[in-house]
Amino acid sequence: MLKTLYDKIWDDHLVHQQADGTTLLYVDRHLVHEVTSPQAFEGLRMHKRRVRRPELTLAVPDHNVPTTDRSKGILDNESKIQVDTLRNNCKEFGIQLFDVNDKRQGIVHIIGPEQGFTQPGTVIVCGDSHTATHGAFGSLAFGIGTSEVEHVLATQTLIQKKSKNFRINVNGELPPGVTSKDVILKIIGTIGTAGGTGSVIEFAGKVIRGLSVEQRMTICNMTIEAGARAGLIAPDEKTFEYFKGRPMSPKGEDWEKALKHWKTLYSDEGCEFDNEINLEGKDIEPLVTWGTSPQDVSPITGKVPDPEEEKDEERKTAMYRSLEYMGLEPNMKISDIKVDKIFIGSCTNGRIEDLRLASKLLKGKKVAKDVTAMVVPGSGLVKKQAEDEGIDKIFIDAGFQWREPGCSMCLAMNDDKLKSKERCASTSNRNFEGRQGRGGRTHLVSPGMAVAAAIQGHLSDVREIK
Amino acid sequence: MEKFKNLKSIPAYLPLTNVDTDMIIPKQFLKTIKRTGLGKSLFYEMRYDEDEKMIKDFMLNNQPYTNSKILLAGKNFGCGSSREHAPWALLDFGIRCVISPSYADIFYNNCFNNGILPIIIDEKIIQDLSEYFKRKEEIEIKLDSQTIIYGNKSVKFDLDPAKKKRLLEGLDDIGMTLGKTSNIDMFESKLKYNKPWI
Repeated sequence: MLKTLYDKIWDDHLVHQQADGTTLLYVDRHLVHEVTSPQAFEGLRMHKRRVRRPELTLAVPDHNVPTTDRSKGILDNESKIQVDTLRNNCKEFGIQLFDVNDKRQGIVHIIGPEQGFTQPGTVIVCGDSHTATHGAFGSLAFGIGTSEVEHVLATQTLIQKKSKNFRINVNGELPPGVTSKDVILKIIGTIGTAGGTGSVIEFAGKVIRGLSVEQRMTICNMTIEAGARAGLIAPDEKTFEYFKGRPMSPKGEDWEKALKHWKTLYSDEGCEFDNEINLEGKDIEPLVTWGTSPQDVSPITGKVPDPEEEKDEERKTAMYRSLEYMGLEPNMKISDIKVDKIFIGSCTNGRIEDLRLASKLLKGKKVAKDVTAMVVPGSGLVKKQAEDEGIDKIFIDAGFQWREPGCSMCLAMNDDKLKSKERCASTSNRNFEGRQGRGGRTHLVSPGMAVAAAIQGHLSDVREIK
Repeated sequence: MEKFKNLKSIPAYLPLTNVDTDMIIPKQFLKTIKRTGLGKSLFYEMRYDEDEKMIKDFMLNNQPYTNSKILLAGKNFGCGSSREHAPWALLDFGIRCVISPSYADIFYNNCFNNGILPIIIDEKIIQDLSEYFKRKEEIEIKLDSQTIIYGNKSVKFDLDPAKKKRLLEGLDDIGMTLGKTSNIDMFESKLKYNKPWI
């Protein structure tokens, strides 16, 4: 029988299946951070349960950690309690932790692949919706709630029902200046934030094959913004090369066995999908979001849409609400929107390739007057790599702040946040009301577009940077 | 988990689409290490102004909706972050049932793990039900027969039988799965042989 990549991974992880399709699915890898885990460990303690396979879980504090000098510890008391709680729980239950001052500490979805903890063909979960990121390596990876975190800790399984198979082909080539961030924004703008609900989306086509594994991670990362359960990309030579020699990658004979298995991970030629759409790479431009939903996208050359031209009443109401929150007028040019802050980082765009691309465009230029710009590397190792390459110096010379790794202003749980009405060009993943701070206004962009906005002081076209 | 009992309540109504979990419970409240106490911060930015004063015309700040057990909502409710703090906040406020045309997947699952019934129903029905919000009249939810009763009308809703059973019996998922430990053991011994690198 012909199978999709999702079918293959799913079938390979069935522990038990009931007649109604309710399935007990085995979890190979579990990532844990400080925000969504304390109640799960507390639940284990209450019921006197143990962690079934502690070596299959890896923990790291990322959401709450300060991105400034850490030598004084965490000053915010609640954040400190949460990070301390994670440390104590890991110790009590025997789970490996990359603590705040470990050089491997970073955003959970960046350190997983970096360490080789993430692997093709595995089922990976984490109490975090952006777990979808790991799908870029051909693993079935999805976010879960805290009750499910507890379930995984206790049983190394999850109760699941199978999702639908959805394939999105991005064909042809991408024009210059267009990156994988623009591709995923285009996809979300096309199918909407609920377009993928109930589905696992496999991304395929020449454009996807041509992307590096890090660029693919940006696409899978934001699959959740299209409502999908998970995003998947079939692993290929680039993927295998990526995992060679990583600390937790298979070694020796195991590597050969793993590689043999990994090479079977693709959707069979001619297999059927419940839903399939095609996009052409040449039709994608550098994009920005203008509203408070990731589906509110516009080309940088475009205008803020006019709700009066919208026929759907519900959508019209939502557009008015968004524009009011964002402080924008219909029909104004997108490139006339001035920004106060620039944020480069997050599990969407906080990897070494993102920083390389941004620094290349930034070299020898300055951040515009009145703009505050910061770079938050995705992990301690990304930060070190960038410093070894002199990337930090380019950012600092241009006027960017060079920070310690963490989630930072993507969700503003630490001190990195927008004030009310402050406007930010951000390489993160969500532009929801209040996401980056109450009243803060977020425009989602690629790292290159963030640099363009930083230099010009307003949203502007990355293709015009000379 | 507490068993789900039939509900009778004046519904609250939030006629917005794509309500994300950041809206349901903003990040500053995720620093807790407990499941309880989040009800007062539910829909925080809609309920309180920037000086933390209650916004009087927001419905959940007014009687009788402060006691609502049922929330009528727009489509794609609960999108965004996986935070289970969202259903915890709803539950702590007193909401035991959400009625919407559609939900985001993770939020939907999280509801069942907390004894909240998320009903999926056509938008037209929600329009009808919103009249009961306006008139401050009760509607009734019967889980065993999968019906919403309003005035002299009633409407059926679909629900996965396994999920229904869990709500009705207040079952503990982990306890049930631990009952299948021998299946997990068997799976793991095969895994060790077939994929030793895992």
